[in-house]
Amino acid sequence: MISFTPQIALGTSLLLPLIGAVLIALSDKTPNRREAVTLVTAGLLFADVLYLLVHVVNGMRPRLELWEVIPGLNLAFEIEPLGMLFATVASGLWIVNSVYSIGYMRGNQEQHQTRFYVCFAIAIASALAIAFSGNMFTLFIFYEALTLSTYPLVTHKQTDEARRGGRVYLGVLLTTSIGFLLVAIIWTWVIAGTLDFRPGGILDGVAEPAIVPVLLALYMFGTGKAALMPFHRWLPAAMVAPTPVSAFLHAVAVVKAGVFTVLKVTVYVFGIDFLSATGASQWLMWLAAATILIASLVAMTKDNLKARLAYSTISQLSYVTLGAALATSMGVIGGGMQIAMHAMGKMTLFMCAGAIYVATHKTQVSDMTGLGRVMPFTFAAFFIGALSIIGLPPMGGAWSKFMLIMAAADRDEVVIIAVLMLSSLLNVGYLMPLVVRGFFSEAPAAALGSAATFAPMRGLREAPVLCVLPLCLTALGCIALFFYAEPIYRFLETIV
Amino acid sequence: MLAQISLHFPALQVVLPLIASPICMVLRRERAAWGVALVVSWASFLIAAHLLIQVLDEGVISYHMGGWPPPWGIEYRIDALNAFVLLLVSGIGALVITYAHKSVIAEISPDNRCRFYALFLLSLAGLLGVTITGDAFNVFVFLEIASLSTYVMVALGAGHDKRALSSSISYLIAGTIGATFFIIGVGLLYMATGTLNMMDLAARIADLGDSRTLRAAFAFIVVGIGLKLAIFPLHLWLPNAYTYAPSVVTSFVAATSTKVAVYVLMRFVFTVFGTRFEFQGLTLTYLFLPLALLGMFVPSIVAVFQENAKRMLAYSSIAQIGYMLLGISFATVAGLSAATIHLFNHGLMKGTLFMVLGAVAYRLRSTDIASMAGLASLMPWTMAAFVGGGLSLIGVPLTVGFISKWFLIQAALESGQWWIAALVVISSLIAAVYVWRVVEVAYLQPAPADSQATEAPLSMLIPIWVLVLANFYFGIHASLTTNMATRAAEMLLGAGT
Repeated sequence: MISFTPQIALGTSLLLPLIGAVLIALSDKTPNRREAVTLVTAGLLFADVLYLLVHVVNGMRPRLELWEVIPGLNLAFEIEPLGMLFATVASGLWIVNSVYSIGYMRGNQEQHQTRFYVCFAIAIASALAIAFSGNMFTLFIFYEALTLSTYPLVTHKQTDEARRGGRVYLGVLLTTSIGFLLVAIIWTWVIAGTLDFRPGGILDGVAEPAIVPVLLALYMFGTGKAALMPFHRWLPAAMVAPTPVSAFLHAVAVVKAGVFTVLKVTVYVFGIDFLSATGASQWLMWLAAATILIASLVAMTKDNLKARLAYSTISQLSYVTLGAALATSMGVIGGGMQIAMHAMGKMTLFMCAGAIYVATHKTQVSDMTGLGRVMPFTFAAFFIGALSIIGLPPMGGAWSKFMLIMAAADRDEVVIIAVLMLSSLLNVGYLMPLVVRGFFSEAPAAALGSAATFAPMRGLREAPVLCVLPLCLTALGCIALFFYAEPIYRFLETIV
Repeated sequence: MLAQISLHFPALQVVLPLIASPICMVLRRERAAWGVALVVSWASFLIAAHLLIQVLDEGVISYHMGGWPPPWGIEYRIDALNAFVLLLVSGIGALVITYAHKSVIAEISPDNRCRFYALFLLSLAGLLGVTITGDAFNVFVFLEIASLSTYVMVALGAGHDKRALSSSISYLIAGTIGATFFIIGVGLLYMATGTLNMMDLAARIADLGDSRTLRAAFAFIVVGIGLKLAIFPLHLWLPNAYTYAPSVVTSFVAATSTKVAVYVLMRFVFTVFGTRFEFQGLTLTYLFLPLALLGMFVPSIVAVFQENAKRMLAYSSIAQIGYMLLGISFATVAGLSAATIHLFNHGLMKGTLFMVLGAVAYRLRSTDIASMAGLASLMPWTMAAFVGGGLSLIGVPLTVGFISKWFLIQAALESGQWWIAALVVISSLIAAVYVWRVVEVAYLQPAPADSQATEAPLSMLIPIWVLVLANFYFGIHASLTTNMATRAAEMLLGAGT
C-alpha cells in the first residue's frame, strides 16, 4: 500500500480535473449525473489542494519530475507559496462557480452544456498545472493549453458575435504568447542554459544589463493574459462568453494565470534584486500605472455591466504587474495578495451581473434602476464586492492596495502612490452608480454608502437559489479575507 | 535464416516494393492489389525500423550492391540522417496505404485502381532508393522513378476533376527540368573527379579545392533539387498538383516526396561538397536565407486567401519548406537539427491534415472550405483530427510543431540573428490564421440542413488518428527525434571537415 504523500497529491491535483472531464463527457445524456461529477471533482480537488497547502505552509516543497521533452528540458512541477496561493484560490472558487454554473446554465437553458463543463474542467487542470509548474517550459505548455481550452467557452453561443470575440481572444493571446513569450523563453534558455524557477532568478550574472529591459518586455507583453495595455483587447472580447466563464475564468483562473506568470517571472527568473539593481523594470512600472488609470477611465464609459467589469479587471490586474515592477519584497507580496483579493471580489461582481441577467435579462447599467429592491441579496453582494475592489475596509481588497502603496513608498515613487489613490476614486466612480441606481432609483447620491436601508421585501425577484447562494458566499469571503489576511502575508513572506 | 536475410535489409528496403509493383499491375483485382501493397508497405516500414535501430546501435551501415566494393560498385550507405528519413517515408507510406482502400474507390476510376497501387509502390521504391543510396547517379535514377510514378498518380485525379491532367503536365515539365539540371550537375562532378560514390566524391572535392567546374556542378545540382523541392519561387507546379491529385496521392506525396528532396539537398550540400567548399557558404547566406524567409511569408499569406482547403495546405507546405531551408542556411548543428526535426515533424502534420481532407472529400465530394460548414457536428472525429493536426502546424506546445519551432528559434538566437527568430514566430502566426479559418467554419457555423455526411469509415479514421497521436507523442517525448536529428546534424557537418 502506497501512502498518500504530498508528491502524489500534486500529481492527483493535476489528474483529478482531467478525469472529471472524461466522466463529464461520458455523462452527456444524464445532466444530473454530469453536474454531480463536476461538483464531486471540484470538492475532491479542493480537499487535495488543502492537503498540499498544509504541507507547503509547513515549509515542504513537493516536487514531481515527469519525463524529458527536449534534451535538458523536463516536464516538472514544484510547489512554492505563490503557486500554492493561486491554486488554492482557483480550486476553492471552482466549487462556488460550479454551483453557480448549474444555476445559470439551467436558468438560461443554454445549449452544449456538456462541452461547457468538459472545457471548464480542462481549463482548471491547466490553471493548476501553471500554478505548480517547476520551470518556465512547463508553465508555457499549460499557458497555451489554458488559452485553447477556454476558446470553446468564449465562443459558446456560436453566434457571429461569439465568433468575432473568439477571434480577438485567440488572436491576441496566441500572438503575444508565441510572438513574445516563447521567444523570451528560448532566449533565456540560450543565455542561461536552464529554465528552472530558482529563488533569486537565473539571469543574474549571465544576462548583460543592456538586454534585461528587452527580455523583460518580451516576458511582460508575452504574458497577454495579464492584460497589460496595449494587449488587453482580448478581455472585453471574451465577455461574449456565458457569465460563469467571465466570472471564474476571466476574473480568476485565466487572468490570474497571467499575473501569476508575471510575478513568477520577476521573482524566479529575473530575481527582484537583479531587477532593482539594473532598473530594468522602471518602464514597466509606468506602463502598469498608465494601464490602471486608462482602463478605469474606459470602464466609466461602458454602460454594459460586463464590459465595465472587464475594463475594471484590466485595471486591477495591472496592480499586480505594478507590484512586480516595483521590484521590492512588499510589492511582490502586495501583488500576491491582490491575486487572492481581487479574485474573490471580482468574481462576486461577475456572478451578480450573471444573476441579474438570469432574473431580468438586463445587461445595461442604465436599465438596472431600482432592481436592488427586488434583488436585495444580489445587490448587497455587489456592494460588498465593489467595496473590496475599491479597497475599503473591512474588505480584503484593502490589504493589497495598502501593501502596494507601502511598496511604492519604499521606492519613493510619490506619483505611483497618487495613481493608486486616484484609481480607488475612479473605482468608486464606476462601481457605485449601479449600487445607487439599484437601491435608490431616484434618490440623490448623498445617501451613498448606507446599504442598511434595504427596500421592503415585497415582490422579491431573485435569480435561482443556485445562482444567489454562491455570490453571497464570495461576498462574505471578501469580508473574511480582511480579518484573515495575516496568514496569507506570512505565507507569501517566505518567497522574498 | 532470418539473420541471413537481415544482412540484406538495405537492398530489400528498395527491392521489395520495386518487385511488388508489377505484381499489383498483373493482379487485376483491386482488393488483391491493395492487399499486396499493404503487406509490402508495412514490411518496408519494419525493415526501416530495423535499419534505424541497427544504425543507432552499430553506427553507419555500408552495403555493397552485388558485392562490388565502392567506389566501383553501388554502395547503399545508411547513417543517422537517412535512416530517420527512411523511417518517415515508409511509415507514412504504410499508414497512407492502410487508409487508401475506400478513398481510392471513391476517387479513382475502376480501370485505374490496380495501376494506382502499382504506381504507389513504384513511387515508394523510388523515394526509399533516393534516400538509401550512397551513389550520386543512383540518386538520379531513383528520383526519376519516384517522380515519373508521381506524375501519373497526379493525373489519376482526372477521374474526379479534369484539371488534374494539366497539373500533371506542368509538374512533369518542372520535374523534368529539375532532373535534367541535377544530372548535368552530377555529370560535371564526374568530369571533375571521376567518381560517383558520395563519400569518394566528398574526399576528392576536398582535395581539389575550388574550381569553376565544381561551382557549375553545385549550381546545377542545387537548382535541380530546388525544383523538385518546390523552394520558393520554384514552387509553381506544387499547388495545382496537390490540389487536383487524388487525396491519397496528395497525402503521400506531401508528407514524403519534398522531404526526400530536402534530404538530398542536405546530403549534397554538406556531405558531398562540405563546409570547406567556399561557394557553399555564399550560397547558404545569400541565396538560401533570403529565399527561405520569402518562402516562409509569401506562400503563407497566399494560403490565407484560398477557398479550397487542399490548396490552402499546399501553399502551407511551400511555406514549411521555407523553415527547413532556413535551418539549412544557418549551417550550424542547431540549424541542421532544426531542419531535420522539421523534416520529420512536417511529414507527420501534413500527412495528418491531407488524410483528414481525404476523409472529408470521401463524404462531401469537395474540399472547399465553404462546404465544410458545421462539419464538426457530422464528422466529429475527423474534424477533431484536423484540429489536432492544425494545432501541430501552428506549433502549439505538446505537438511536434512546437518542437520544430523551438529548435528553429533556438538556432536563430544562437547564431545571433534575433530578427530571424522574430520572423519565424510571425510567420507561424499566419499559420494560425489559415488553420483557424477552417476550424471556425467547421465548428461555429451550422451544418446545412440537407447534409448527408456522416463520420468517416474506421479504415480511414484509424490511420488518421495514429498520425494525430504521433503528432502528440513526438511532441511530448521529443528527446528521441531531437537526439537523432542532432546526431545527423553533427554527422553532416563533421563529414566536411
